[in-house]
Amino acid sequence: MEVTEAVAIDHGLKKEEFSKICELLKRTPNLTELAIFSAMWNEHCSYKSSRKHLKKMHTKGKQVIQGPGENAGVIDIGDDDAIVFKIESHNHPSFIEPYQGAATGVGGIMRDVFTMGARPIANLNSIHFGSPQHKKTRNLLRGVVKGIGGYGNCIGVPTIAGQTTFDESYNGNILVNAMTLGLVNKNKIFYSKAAGLDKPVIYVGSKTGRDGIHGASMASATFDDKIEEKKPTVQVGDPFTEKLLLEACLELMADNSIIAIQDMGAAGLTSSSVEMASKGNLGIELNLSEVPCREEKMSPYEIMLSESQERMLIVLEKGKEEHAKKIFDKWNLDFAIIGKTTNSKKIELIFDNKKVAEIPIDLLAENAPIYDRPWKKTKLPQKLKFDKDEFKSLKLSDCLKKILSNSNISEKKWIWDQYDHTVMGDTIQKPGGDAGVVRVHGTNKAVAASVDSSALYCFSHPLTGGKQIVCESYRNLISVGAKPIAITNCLNFGNPEKEKNMGEFVECVEGITEASKYLDFPVVSGNVSFYNETKDKGIKPTPTIGGVGLISDYQRMLTMDFKTDGNLVYVIGKTDGHLDQSIFARELLNEKKGPPPTVNLFNEKNIGETVLDLSRKNLIVSCHDVSLGGILTALSKMCIKGKKGIKINSLKGLTNKYEYFFGEDQARYIVEIPKASLKKVNDILNKYSVHFDELGTVNGQSIVYKDDINLPIEELADAHKYWLKKYMDS
Amino acid sequence: MRSSVIIFPGSNCDRDMDVALKKFGFKNQMVWHNDQSIPKSDLIVLPGGFSYGDYLRCGSIASKSKIIKSVIDFANSGGLVLGICNGFQILTETGLLNGILQQNKFLNFICCNVFVKVKDKQNKYFKDLKKDVLELHIAHNEGNYFCSDDELKSLEDNNQIAVTYCGKDGTENEKTNPNGAIKNIAGIFNKNKNVLGMMPHPERMIDKYLSGEDGSLFFKNILDNFK
Repeated sequence: MEVTEAVAIDHGLKKEEFSKICELLKRTPNLTELAIFSAMWNEHCSYKSSRKHLKKMHTKGKQVIQGPGENAGVIDIGDDDAIVFKIESHNHPSFIEPYQGAATGVGGIMRDVFTMGARPIANLNSIHFGSPQHKKTRNLLRGVVKGIGGYGNCIGVPTIAGQTTFDESYNGNILVNAMTLGLVNKNKIFYSKAAGLDKPVIYVGSKTGRDGIHGASMASATFDDKIEEKKPTVQVGDPFTEKLLLEACLELMADNSIIAIQDMGAAGLTSSSVEMASKGNLGIELNLSEVPCREEKMSPYEIMLSESQERMLIVLEKGKEEHAKKIFDKWNLDFAIIGKTTNSKKIELIFDNKKVAEIPIDLLAENAPIYDRPWKKTKLPQKLKFDKDEFKSLKLSDCLKKILSNSNISEKKWIWDQYDHTVMGDTIQKPGGDAGVVRVHGTNKAVAASVDSSALYCFSHPLTGGKQIVCESYRNLISVGAKPIAITNCLNFGNPEKEKNMGEFVECVEGITEASKYLDFPVVSGNVSFYNETKDKGIKPTPTIGGVGLISDYQRMLTMDFKTDGNLVYVIGKTDGHLDQSIFARELLNEKKGPPPTVNLFNEKNIGETVLDLSRKNLIVSCHDVSLGGILTALSKMCIKGKKGIKINSLKGLTNKYEYFFGEDQARYIVEIPKASLKKVNDILNKYSVHFDELGTVNGQSIVYKDDINLPIEELADAHKYWLKKYMDS
Repeated sequence: MRSSVIIFPGSNCDRDMDVALKKFGFKNQMVWHNDQSIPKSDLIVLPGGFSYGDYLRCGSIASKSKIIKSVIDFANSGGLVLGICNGFQILTETGLLNGILQQNKFLNFICCNVFVKVKDKQNKYFKDLKKDVLELHIAHNEGNYFCSDDELKSLEDNNQIAVTYCGKDGTENEKTNPNGAIKNIAGIFNKNKNVLGMMPHPERMIDKYLSGEDGSLFFKNILDNFK
């Protein structure tokens, strides 16, 4: 096939990009070369629209061992232990084929983690679907959950936490973000930077098939009516092979045979080989006839673009080939020497003894286009003035029941029951808490992790929204007694070629950066998913933050369930009653305008540290952060989980109980305090000068507030626990 | 007491089982599926997971693996063989235990705590166990036990039903049956009661920070009965 501009455009390249390729190469590329360019220059692999802004992120910190740019980020958790973690999107494939799309998303992120020498110890996911009323939602949700479970359960890594939301903006583009944490000895971390000349390049894992060709390009484009035709671009996962690959790689990593290792993810062999060579400032020569193929007569073009799963590329020390092969033979995996490192600084491909491609590496990596796309600032919306009459007809207890059974608040047990969350025997906080917690095997330490996003806030005002999610993640970790250490982010946005969408991206990143800097909560890894758009309708901006924290003694972990009658309940942090963008405003007043709650980073940090201090001193016995749905929603969850009631005090100076109970002001926690600790707690709260309200006392089996609320916990639990199950069964 | 845990490719509860056994004082060793023989043991454990990817049928390929002949010989000579989850599936595939494990009734993988009633204490696993109802944990997609009427009758007649799903107070009914298993069966013995297969994972319930501690009772009881 002759390569023309039209062929290039078919490969997802822009006209100008194609001219630039010809100019750089000083000739027209052949089809295989064009395919390699298209794979490396697409948005998914090149970050061409985002790179300029990502550079500004706060990525350094005392505990950061490896920031963005590697397969995953790495943080130090003491005693030579390190945690490797990253979140990644698999949005486009999951909409086309939910089971395989979600499954391979989980497989891909786990490979990113064990590529670095870490054994995966926990999975999380953040999944977002269209309106519950939309005809596709139910099946997409079912497929995605089965896919995530099917893969993670088989590998034997617990899925410890997650987030599920519904919003009509995801009707045509669901989001599936998967996160993995792995544990590694900090002196035994493996990187993707090749080094040394003439070193053997090894292919291990599954055979290469025709699945997933153009996957990365597909993920770099918007959807139209013909998306069904894109099914073949979705990869097919085999968790069993991945389990073998995991064990084999970790076995080989026990000694010093590996120089560099990279998993074949997006854009398969192309991107893995180019990245290893590029980082090592080397060339690489691959003999494609040696690549183990699943199907007959695969062309170099297909081999280079295949996104078949469960494959790794390794640069090995010379002389270690036999040793390595033995290990992969033991695990029944393919092992092939397919090339070597060179000093040409080019990627050279041989097939049937002929050279079929030759491209200088820097053209694919450093010289890939970078765009400074135009973007538009989002103005902070005017704060709404709620008319007091609007509240008159509302009964507090009805409002509460409605909010607890809201699709975005209700418990997601139907989902997490399908994930193995206890395998590996170290899960000490299961899904449904503020964060999932796993012990660091054989130590007193535990690692907490949570995933968060707030698309409504980000849509209303991206800068505030960006800050807010980082704070929310920070709070979720503190709520389980963990010191927040670092984050990974998955930036899901619409079409960057539109000024509004690009603006949302830029300002969310700005918000994330500001908050993570202030809270000393650096970003160590992440990915960007643009073009979440169907027929011109984009998603609400949905950056997802995966936060990781450390509990130095897991016996001090906190949970949110109320423990003992007679204990006092405080809200720490000030409640102004911000209802704009709240779930209350949406659900009960049908009001979608207004700004998100203000984020005050000083308060977040100060109050967070206060709560952490209380938990370290064992002065509180349960804790939950106040977020979506406000104080009353948070309280109800604590009651439902603990099967205990609360008697709420008559609060002095309360002007509007709706604002107080359902406002979504930030930087607040609810804590349960045994009477014996009360004095010490008050002293600490005063020492940090934080505001707190004495909310009530754990008591009986009902939530009681003056004459307004008297609801048995069981009734609340019914409203809260079964929405999703009923929805899925209907 | 010496134990051996067999690792098949795709096993994923092998380490958890090793940790649990050692915690309670078993001298445990790991045995690779391709090994010819099993070191001298008093107990052999087939752990949970997805042996050979559970392709074809859960446990079917493992039941033809190299090591399995030694396991069968050991069982036939009266040795204790314990199969948990996928291990239970493998034991039914080898024929050491009757019946089959089908997909769960509601077609979903299910991971949660369950209560099981100990139906028989005349065996080396449950003899003198202090509790009649244990809180254990399940995590499976194919745990729906089924067998023919004749097989069921024979299981009942010989007291081969080991544990059944029940409520906290021991009631057995449809509501307390998580996967649709016939007669709420969660685990069974062979005729000699030296081979036990069960879906619940005792190894995930061995300290108070996990889902519970009743798994500890199970392991301690095996040791106590061995002494």
